[in-house]
Formats: sequence, C-alpha cells, structure tokens
Amino acid sequence: MSTIRTRMGDGYVVELTPPQLRDDLEAGCADAVKRGKVPPLEVNEIDWLFDLFANPSRIMGVEPGHEVVLTKDGSVNTLYSAQLSSGVGLPLGREQCFRIFERAFCFDTMEIGHPDYSYKPVKPIVALEATGVEQALLTAVIPVFYGAMPNFGLYAQPDGPFPNPADLLPRGEVEAAREAQMQMAQACKDDMLYVSRQMAMVGADGINFDTTASTGDAEFLAVLETVEELAATTDLAIEVGMAAEFVLGFHGELEWRGHRLAGMWPHQQVKVVEEAGAHLFGPVVNTNSRKSVPWNVARAVTIVKECSRVASIPIHANVGMGVGGVPMFEVPPADVLTRASAAMVEIGRVDGL
Amino acid sequence: MGTGDPYGMSISHALASGMGGIRTSGDLVARMQMTRKMRLPEAKKYVADKLGVGVQDLADSTVMRRLREELDIGVVTAVPGARRGIEAKRTIAELLDVDVPCLKRL
Repeated sequence: MSTIRTRMGDGYVVELTPPQLRDDLEAGCADAVKRGKVPPLEVNEIDWLFDLFANPSRIMGVEPGHEVVLTKDGSVNTLYSAQLSSGVGLPLGREQCFRIFERAFCFDTMEIGHPDYSYKPVKPIVALEATGVEQALLTAVIPVFYGAMPNFGLYAQPDGPFPNPADLLPRGEVEAAREAQMQMAQACKDDMLYVSRQMAMVGADGINFDTTASTGDAEFLAVLETVEELAATTDLAIEVGMAAEFVLGFHGELEWRGHRLAGMWPHQQVKVVEEAGAHLFGPVVNTNSRKSVPWNVARAVTIVKECSRVASIPIHANVGMGVGGVPMFEVPPADVLTRASAAMVEIGRVDGL
Repeated sequence: MGTGDPYGMSISHALASGMGGIRTSGDLVARMQMTRKMRLPEAKKYVADKLGVGVQDLADSTVMRRLREELDIGVVTAVPGARRGIEAKRTIAELLDVDVPCLKRL
C-alpha cells in the first residue's frame, strides 16, 4: 500500500497509510467534539480533508473565488526583529517593512507594532509609536492597524507593581490572588486605552489586541472592557485575537455582562467579543505536537467552523506557529502550512486569516 | 494570522488563501470588514458591486491591475503620477462610501 507523506505537529515528516490518514482526521475531529462541545464535521468534509492531505503536490490552496482577507498579528516585526518574533533581522525600519508587506507580499492589511509587542512598554514611548503609524498612513493604501499584546504577566511582581497571583495561589491565598488580578486588570485596561486613543487620534484604521487571555479570565475581562469603551468612543476597527483555545480560569469567578469567562471556547468567546463591539475576532486552536498535522487540522477546523457559524462579525482565524493545525516550529513547512490555510478557509468557513 | 518566518508564514498564506491586497482588491474588502463588520461574502459583493465587476474578479490580478489604475485607487507597481497612499485612500473612501479615519485630518 502506498503511503502519504505529511508531518507531525512538531514539523517532522511522517508517512501515513490512507486508512491511518482517515483515522487521524476522524480522531482529530472527535477530540474537538469531545473537548469543545461542538458539532462534528460532515462526512464530505472529512473526505475533502482526506483528498487535501493525500494530494502529493508540494503546496495547496483555496478554490479561486474563495480567497480571504489577511490580517497579521505580530506586525512587521517578522522582517526586522530577531528570533523572538520569528524575525529574519533585516536592516530595515518599520515603515519600510510595512511597504514590503503591502507591495511585495500583497497583504490586505498590516500592522505597526513595537518590538516588545506589549501595551505596557508602549505607554512611555507612545509618541514614537504613533509617529510610526502616521508615516504608514501617509504612504500606504492598505488599512493600518496598531497591534500589541495585553501581556498580563508584565503587571505582576517582579515585572510589575502587583503581588504575583502565581506566587499567592500555591500558598492558598486565593482571595489575595483574585484581588491582585483585578488590580492588574485595571492597570492593563488603562494602558490599552491610553495607547489605543493615541492611535485613534492620529487616524489609525484599527487596533489589535493579540494573544488575548494569555493569563486567563481577568485578562480577557480587561480586553472586553477596553473594547467596549473604544467601540463607543473611537472610529477604530477593533480586532481581538486569542492566545489559546479556551479561557483559563486563573481567577475563576469573573463574569462580563452575566457571561462567565473561564472555560469559554471559541464559539462562546466570539459572542462576548462581538457584544463588546469588536469588528474582527481571531480564534485559536492549539496544535498538539505529538499528533499528526492531519489530526491537528481536523481538530482545528471543527472548532473554528462552529465559531464561524455562530459569529456575526468576520472571523480571522489564527494559523501561525503552533496554532490552527500549523506545526509548532518557527520555520513552518509550506506543504502543511498551505494545507492548514486552505482547510481553515474551505471547511472552517473563516472570513480571513 | 500568526507567527513564523516571513517565507513560511506570511508568503505561504498569501499564496494559498490571500486576496492579494492592492495587487487585486483585498484592501477594499478588508475595509468593509473593518468599517461595517461585514462577513466575507457580503463584503465581497459590496465591493464587486461598487467596482462593477463580478465577485470572482476581485482576486484576479489581470482584471484588478487594470481597473485599479483606471479608478486611480493605488496600483501595486510603481507608476509615476498614479495616486499613492493617502491620495488613493481619498478616492477609495468615495468609491466605497466608507470612512477612512486618517482622511478626517485633512
């Protein structure tokens, strides 16, 4: 029996027989159904994924006419930054990088962002950041986002002023940990609002909150309250991209407008994000590096398909390193990357990536 | 999108699934998602109707390269005299009947 060449979730090649490929696709879908409590894929969708991975071509793509809009978290850092952003260290300025993304890579939108890519360190240099956005706005035709991460961890000791919940919880100081998280949430919200308003003032098209809820429900709450306020008071298009597939309950008791935040999956996250007033939502499904890419892609599109079905705002799925079925490797192989890309569009029914 | 080296991540997604930015009409469809929260089919139809082309043409570089120059809304190649940056965005705002925030500063 001939075998199919594909990859594991860490990027290494693996050979599967056709029955093994189908088993992996069905198992990935089943895992999504079990954990995410979402409907399974249809048989013809599993068949479509089978054909996608069984095709020996080096790269794959969507059907003509099915192309989607691209937004890019992490901004143009990937061109000029170091390995921390999977960057290739080009000796270029951010505005030059922006133009490369517009004119050479032909992206539909692009971001300006700080190399640290967190709102807290941006605050003291926001004038510099706003100037970078202004330069891009003058010369670019595509929409200009400013992007950064809430990065809640920066607000806890030793990096920030508040007691560290990760130190308090092991000591059983649950209430103190919760109180610290609420103080961190307020400070994080203040920083995100401050930076976002500066970007709105200079005329940015949009603002991106990337890796939202990386530190759980209190961080998610801070972002939702920020979105709520920005949507009511600015012209910014607001994108909320998540950090992981479900919201961790580090606080555990937080609600926003009656919705408990801990434990939310993408199809539930999108409803509170759109209720807060955001324009774009980026769901995440984590890649399991010990499973094959077909297993991971089937799992990811099963979860995202339900998110897309219930959404009333555009869905721009995360399909970067370690998410959306893409291997956890900083140099993702184009064979499986393009298959994850096409599957997310054709089966996940997303509006963008 | 996500993190990864530019070739493996950005370029690969652009080729596999992307609309093509100002090479085609991706920036225009993006503006409808960003300003009116339109899902993709609605955003594509809106832009296609405004441009007077079919939805299938929106990601066709042969159609869109010529049309963008004719409408003077920014083209991907460096054409002397063609509107650039904020000049092109003013035309786009009128064409699509959308707000472009930076134009309010003029």
